[in-house]
Amino acid sequence: MFYREAGQYKTTYQADMSVFPILQDRIGLALIIVAALVLPLVAGEFMIASVMVPFLILALAAIGLNILTGYTGLVSLGTGAFMGVGAYACYKLSTTFPAINILVWIVASGFVSCAVGVLFGLPSLRIKGFYLAVATLAAQFFLQWCFVRVPWLYNYNPSGAIEVPSRTLFGIHVTGASATPTTRYYVALAIVIAVTWIVSNLVHGRVGRSFMAVRDMDIAAQLIGIRLLRTKLLAFAVSSFITGVAGAMMVFLWLGAAEPDAFNINQSFILLFMVIIGGLGSLIGSFFGAALIYVLPIIVRATPETFGLTIGAATVEHLTYLITGALIIFFLIVEPLGLARLWQIGKQKLRVWPFPY
Amino acid sequence: MSFVYSIFVDPFVQMIGAPDLLVQTLWEGLVGGVLYALIALGFVLIFKASGVFNFAQGIMMVFAALTLVGLHEKGVPAFLALALTILVMFALALAVERVILRPLVNQPDIILFMATFGLTYVLIGLGELVFGGNPKNMITSELLLPSGSLDFKTLGGLVSLQKIDIAAAIIASLMVAVLALFFQKTRIGRALRAVADDHQAALSVGISLDQIWVIVWFTAGLVALATGIMWGARSNVSFALEIIALKALPVLILGGLTSVPGAIVGGLIIGIGEKLGEFYWGPLVGGGIESWLAYFIALAVLLFRPQGLFGEKIIERI
Amino acid sequence: MSVAAVEPATAAGETLLKVENVSLSFGGVRAIRDVSFDIRRGEIRAIIGPNGAGKTSMLNVINGFYHPQAGRITYKGATRRRMRPHQAAAQGVARTFQNVALFKGMTTLDNILTGRTLRMHKSFFWQLWRYGPALNEEIEHRKYCEEIIDFLEIERIRKEPVGRLPYGLQKRVELGRALAMQPDLLLLDEPMAGMNLEEKEDMSRFILDVNAEFGTTIALIEHDIGVVMDLSDRIVVLDYGNKIADGKPDEVRSDQKVIDAYLGVVH
Repeated sequence: MFYREAGQYKTTYQADMSVFPILQDRIGLALIIVAALVLPLVAGEFMIASVMVPFLILALAAIGLNILTGYTGLVSLGTGAFMGVGAYACYKLSTTFPAINILVWIVASGFVSCAVGVLFGLPSLRIKGFYLAVATLAAQFFLQWCFVRVPWLYNYNPSGAIEVPSRTLFGIHVTGASATPTTRYYVALAIVIAVTWIVSNLVHGRVGRSFMAVRDMDIAAQLIGIRLLRTKLLAFAVSSFITGVAGAMMVFLWLGAAEPDAFNINQSFILLFMVIIGGLGSLIGSFFGAALIYVLPIIVRATPETFGLTIGAATVEHLTYLITGALIIFFLIVEPLGLARLWQIGKQKLRVWPFPY
Repeated sequence: MSFVYSIFVDPFVQMIGAPDLLVQTLWEGLVGGVLYALIALGFVLIFKASGVFNFAQGIMMVFAALTLVGLHEKGVPAFLALALTILVMFALALAVERVILRPLVNQPDIILFMATFGLTYVLIGLGELVFGGNPKNMITSELLLPSGSLDFKTLGGLVSLQKIDIAAAIIASLMVAVLALFFQKTRIGRALRAVADDHQAALSVGISLDQIWVIVWFTAGLVALATGIMWGARSNVSFALEIIALKALPVLILGGLTSVPGAIVGGLIIGIGEKLGEFYWGPLVGGGIESWLAYFIALAVLLFRPQGLFGEKIIERI
Repeated sequence: MSVAAVEPATAAGETLLKVENVSLSFGGVRAIRDVSFDIRRGEIRAIIGPNGAGKTSMLNVINGFYHPQAGRITYKGATRRRMRPHQAAAQGVARTFQNVALFKGMTTLDNILTGRTLRMHKSFFWQLWRYGPALNEEIEHRKYCEEIIDFLEIERIRKEPVGRLPYGLQKRVELGRALAMQPDLLLLDEPMAGMNLEEKEDMSRFILDVNAEFGTTIALIEHDIGVVMDLSDRIVVLDYGNKIADGKPDEVRSDQKVIDAYLGVVH
């Protein structure tokens, strides 16, 4: 009914090539952004601090992984560690140079993570497929080891953890204990929107096409003149930049403090699941995946309570594992392209509604 | 200069200076390597027969061990528990074939790979939900496995071999031998190799894929159970073993995904390499390098042989 | 077939590519043994031979995917021991594949646009903003790709993911992707394999048109001898990695060695 594109003629290639060619999509996107902006006015503190902020940050990390795995076809099991690199870099930078704007350091820590990512991406020229997935485990375990064994990284803090210093932006506290959830939410939202927009530009152009070409048929890509190593390293660079920024945000805008264990292999798996369930090679899918996987435990926890049952925290965790695993298998069977594909199908149905096709 | 010395000279001086310690370290590495090799073996079986990179193999090991111990904890006699666990592994094989393999048969490899991640999480969740998440002790003596150690006063010191380790090495060798015979000499083994080469061609000569897959996953489950008992006896049984189980992956890629001898040699290299590395070089950087050394050894080999030590050379065709 | 009537427009130009004494082996298997031939600018050159004769390997050598153990390759006047894939692409060698090697997850349009990669120069920095120089460049290349889409008559499937297209159309998209590179030398590996008569006629027409309109030099492998005889200016015949004949279609047709190779005389 409302979702019709009849009558929307595209008269230029520019209009045809825009990211949201259909007017209703553009309106929808604007509505979502407005909703995200007014959310703190209506939602409670728990909603903002414990649901929305983590969701945004994990979605960003999932986008980072999606660039590598979904767009370029390089499976990584070390995403958690790259988030760690971002977090530790941001911690070191902001405690060494406290005078400089924290946003600068969040972005800078992305570049640190980017450099480390490129380094660990180097073997990808020779090593392919599953072999590469295992090679990324080397990054995961080595970096995690560094977070524990190199005291310089956590400023010789006896607890071995990193604690976020209080930093202000235009006189308002944005990190540390005195920052309100609403402020942290807006900062996270701004970064996520900006990065998503830039990534969207990237994947819709020449660079994105060469990523996908490498993913779909690397030999043909090579014979077209796409340089494999350069493209793969670029994917590693972009991906680990984004995961690094997400990692820095995770500690500075969400957790407030972190131990090395926050960046362990399970974190890497969880992010991979978000990408798979959300949809490989889809930006909106990364948001869907993050929402589902992050919100799932909250629902599992809340559901029995609404029926007056109480179950132990351990049981909740086990159930979460079970359901997450089952969901992954379910999605792979029903729709290997994930929630993003279901979303597309839904839109297609809506376009022709009330007719079947 | 002293740094170079401490890397390239000092460890070897230590090795020669205390040969008993060296032998002890080598032995520990060897046993660890045999167990890695066993996990990798279950993995190679599945990869060869169904082309699935089964990420869950390590978890299947923990799951099997946990089921065994958990059943015993609930009052089931040890050997009945063993039999029941074997049944559970068979049910698991059936379920995997029905629920995962059959619907996903024509999907790209990567999708199946991801599906085994799902399986991993299902097994973790299920195992802990049913048997609880706290670490348990393996029922070593109830299964009539030896305990204690054999001590040798030799090489100017004491070399102590755990009996369970010796048992593990023997059982592992036996299993490899039986499996090799099974695949070379039996009809099912031949069918399995046919499936490994080409699914459709195998189907066209009347081999039932479903059946083969169940057999292979069941066999891998049995290997997992045996490995689980051995690992469980060395430490305790909990999903923390997952991290150890993950080490089977570098073993695997080191040996080449499709090679049984590769899995064994790879296991030994990684097992011995990481123990030597940890013991002699680890202290230089603060220890704990066991957590990543295996991956770096595998990575280093892969850079020179991308198909692994025993994998077939990849000729890319187009 | 009617296409036989079309006269080759620009046959017998200067030598574009010269392959000299090339040998290639994989372990003990010798795929190509001491083969030499040349391709002249503007001609349609066919490489034929029974299965396993080394035809595809030859194309792989020409665009640098395989590196021969011996021999020299002279392309556009520069002599090399071997080509490199990227170098070959940059110098105008394009290629289609025996088993369609499209980017299956991408649309027809994106596949063809990917063929323009080497001609798009706006840097990573501009790509980040998209609006502005990068988008202008994109639009400019889109125009070129639309001409190819128009030429190959695949307008309707412009935005379809190519994985879902029928085989014949996939082959056509693949040709489009190769054409988008504006190649000087176009290598076609069995462009008509598995096609019905009508599709073969279409494809033959496209090949002749490409040759005539764009002046593109074409080297093709094809099993349908009728099509080969009609299309090509000169033919190389390979058998067990050896060159057994080279010449105009009529000469090759009556060559005893060629007849033997195809009829399977014992070596």
